[in-house]
Amino acid sequence: MTVSILLFLPVVAALIVLLFKNESAKHVAMFFGLAELALAIYFLAGFVPNASTQYVIDVPWIPVAGVYFSAGIDGISMVMVLLTTVLVPLIILTTYQHEHTNAKAFYALILFMQAGLLTVFTALDGFLFYVGWEAALIPIYFICALWGGENRIKVNIKFFIYTFAGSLFMLVGIIYLYLQTPGKVYDIHAFYNLTLDPSQQSWVFLAFFIAFAIKMPLFPFHTWQPDTYTEAPSAGTMMLSGIMLKMGIYGVIRWLIPNAPLGFLQWQSVAIILSVIGIVYASLIAFNQKDGKRLVAYSSIAHVGLIAAGIFAWNIQGVQGAMIQMVSHGINVVGMFFIWDIISRRLQTREIASMGGIAKVAPKFAIAFLIVVLGTVALPLTNGFVGEFLLLKGVYNYGIWFAAVAGLTIIFGAVYMLRMYKNVMQGESNELTAVFADIKGSEKLALGIICALIIVIGVYPQPLLHISEAAVTNLVNTVGAKFNTGRF
Amino acid sequence: MGLYKAQKALLPVTVLGLLVALGTAVMQWTEKNEAAPMYSGMMLFNNFSIAFSAISIVSTILILLLSKGYFEKISNHIAEYYAIILFSLAGIIVMVSYHNLSMMFIGIEIMSVSLYILAGIRKNDFASNEAALKYFLMGAFSTGFLLFGIALIYGSSGSFDLEGIRTYVAGNPQNIDPLFYTGILLIIVGMCFKVGAAPFHFWTPDVYEGAPSLITAYMSTVVKVAGFAAFLRLFSACFLLMADFWTPVLLVITIVTLFIGNITALYQQSFKRMMAFSSISHAGYLMFAIVAIGAASANSIFVYATAYSIASIVAFGSLILVRQHSGTDNFEGFNGLAKHNPFLAFVLTVSMLSLAGIPLTAGFIGKFYMFTGALSQYKVWLVIIAVINAIISIFYYFRVIIAMYFRSGDDAEVAIPAYYKLVFGFSALATIVIGIYPTLISALI
Repeated sequence: MTVSILLFLPVVAALIVLLFKNESAKHVAMFFGLAELALAIYFLAGFVPNASTQYVIDVPWIPVAGVYFSAGIDGISMVMVLLTTVLVPLIILTTYQHEHTNAKAFYALILFMQAGLLTVFTALDGFLFYVGWEAALIPIYFICALWGGENRIKVNIKFFIYTFAGSLFMLVGIIYLYLQTPGKVYDIHAFYNLTLDPSQQSWVFLAFFIAFAIKMPLFPFHTWQPDTYTEAPSAGTMMLSGIMLKMGIYGVIRWLIPNAPLGFLQWQSVAIILSVIGIVYASLIAFNQKDGKRLVAYSSIAHVGLIAAGIFAWNIQGVQGAMIQMVSHGINVVGMFFIWDIISRRLQTREIASMGGIAKVAPKFAIAFLIVVLGTVALPLTNGFVGEFLLLKGVYNYGIWFAAVAGLTIIFGAVYMLRMYKNVMQGESNELTAVFADIKGSEKLALGIICALIIVIGVYPQPLLHISEAAVTNLVNTVGAKFNTGRF
Repeated sequence: MGLYKAQKALLPVTVLGLLVALGTAVMQWTEKNEAAPMYSGMMLFNNFSIAFSAISIVSTILILLLSKGYFEKISNHIAEYYAIILFSLAGIIVMVSYHNLSMMFIGIEIMSVSLYILAGIRKNDFASNEAALKYFLMGAFSTGFLLFGIALIYGSSGSFDLEGIRTYVAGNPQNIDPLFYTGILLIIVGMCFKVGAAPFHFWTPDVYEGAPSLITAYMSTVVKVAGFAAFLRLFSACFLLMADFWTPVLLVITIVTLFIGNITALYQQSFKRMMAFSSISHAGYLMFAIVAIGAASANSIFVYATAYSIASIVAFGSLILVRQHSGTDNFEGFNGLAKHNPFLAFVLTVSMLSLAGIPLTAGFIGKFYMFTGALSQYKVWLVIIAVINAIISIFYYFRVIIAMYFRSGDDAEVAIPAYYKLVFGFSALATIVIGIYPTLISALI
């Protein structure tokens, strides 16, 4: 059994969804989302957590151009596949309370996007990676632009141009690497084996870096992000922040640093400094946000900045921390955006100052909200803690001052998150919030799953860490060995 | 046929004839590509010619299918349309399979003279007349350059035959006649006129806008592709060894073409004019294959041209329908189209994405080959410029998509005739299939 079935199932599913009526589309989409999850769990059950790549498919695609349909799952990909396949049905579940016009197109686009995302996370061929990268972008553009808020047209064209521009530079980088390979192939291992001189690698690094930095987004390439997140429909925001930005982080681990290790070495400090600036900057702005969804969007930039800093430090703790933090951040941010979706659907506003006292009228909602906030601020025994601890350790190993600044900012993050919670949930309820209905049905189920994941991963992260451990160790050491050839 | 007034039979007979021509052309395709020159060395019908004849014939068939009911509306000389289009197609077949400069010139002239008439076929329409006159004057001018260039080449090498010219270049690497260089430059000027590359592009927007939309579709697809095929055939056969001399010239032309086409397209309010300028910028991308001339050039041009032709035909076909419905060529005419015509909106979106070069469409594969070709000769800056232009082009291609999906327009449904559905369905399918599995067409040459 190869990974191809995992990649094609969502495409088939999307086409099937289009055949159904709008009313039943979400159930069909849910069915296929769960089927995909079952498939991923089946793959996990047979997965041997060593450094090898498994379930490999490798067939000629465009032989004249050296393109192969080549994909497989190693430990790093496995974690990403799990994240994607868990979050997609969860996100579909969060939309059960929404009535989307033309719902079948909506769910079909989500499933198409899932196919693109999974392709990115499993591709072993540069061309396939690029195709998956763009195949994830087109559906989310239409999701955000068709079902988004008032400013959606302007905001989304900016989003599209930004990310498309970045990825075209990456395409140039990929083709450049292809032309350097002895056998003229796009195979990632052939890319890894290249020995380019440092200045070539420096350009290759930049070409890839710009694509990934825009996607994550890293400061100063983040300007599309808050507007797009705010204007997108909540399911679109969750897809973007929960899964899609991980494409950028995954890309750094798999395609950026190993492809241009010496180029990375030249730009390492710049990249880390940008990441840390992003943490501080986004936290400061988040502090002043009045709109809840925007606040979460900025806090997401801060969290991603820490993940990026951990990876750019390039040691085992940092990258492992990034792996687990990608999962945790995905879960937490989806939970956070879902909570704001619930609030804004009930109150028709997202202005934090106008709220208060919801905890009294909606105790179950209050508990779920609290757990998600605690996970986001990385309290011990929640999922956020494990990742941030490892990430800070990784950054510390690179430079103590970077770790100090990043760490302090994390504390700062706790302040604005808890303050948001206090202003929304505690105190006296007012006219607006007094009639706030508690969560039930699908909302309860979705938040229940999210809270359970937050606590389970927080208490016992070892199985998750174990999946990617061997692959990360191998990758970090292999690339690390190349650094020494560059230092004369 | 015009004599017999058998108007109903025109379309079926023409299409049938073209299908037979397509069949006979494809039959000659051989794995080894070892065709020999024929007709006293005048023509060489090798795989290159077959591939480009095939794409020209297929595009013509698609355009003729769209013409069902269209020509009747704008003129009462219907038979002439079919006859003249077929004449120009005959010229195009000569253009893609010549083996002698005189044949190239004859082919270009057969095609051009037919086009002058086609552009002005709406006799009572001011814009159409203007288009025909402009096109004729500019075309005659460029023909002069071309002919002068050919004469100089002949004067210095003593041969019209492509083989003979190549032998001359290969045999005298040190002392090539200065007139030969001048000849190359003049031919470049003439060819750039024909394919609408900047700075020789000034006729395109007005001619494209003034001519009837289907003729515009024909000019911007079949004619342009044939121009590039002829261009490439001449330069790869004869002047390959002198690439150091003429690539800088073409490099500048390419860059100027890309920027002028894209930036001007950005400011257009009319969809038709936008397509005219975008066709200039696509000429710029097609030039990549000639600037980075090599073994893969023919294949890149072929794939790119196929993708571009199919997508453009859909765009012009949709424009005709929308214009009949809303009475305007502007972007506003497309507002809210998706609500009542999901099929039309979908195929037009696919073709816009293809023109913009988004993966999983044929247009991406074309751009991908072009970039690969240019990068393989270390023309990194050229590719960076092309990337910037690709980003610019997103703006105006997405304007159509935005208008169709996200803006609201009037609520009436645009009627789509059955022939249009056939062409649109085929084109969208071909765009996606080639985008996913380009091996289908990329191993032909």
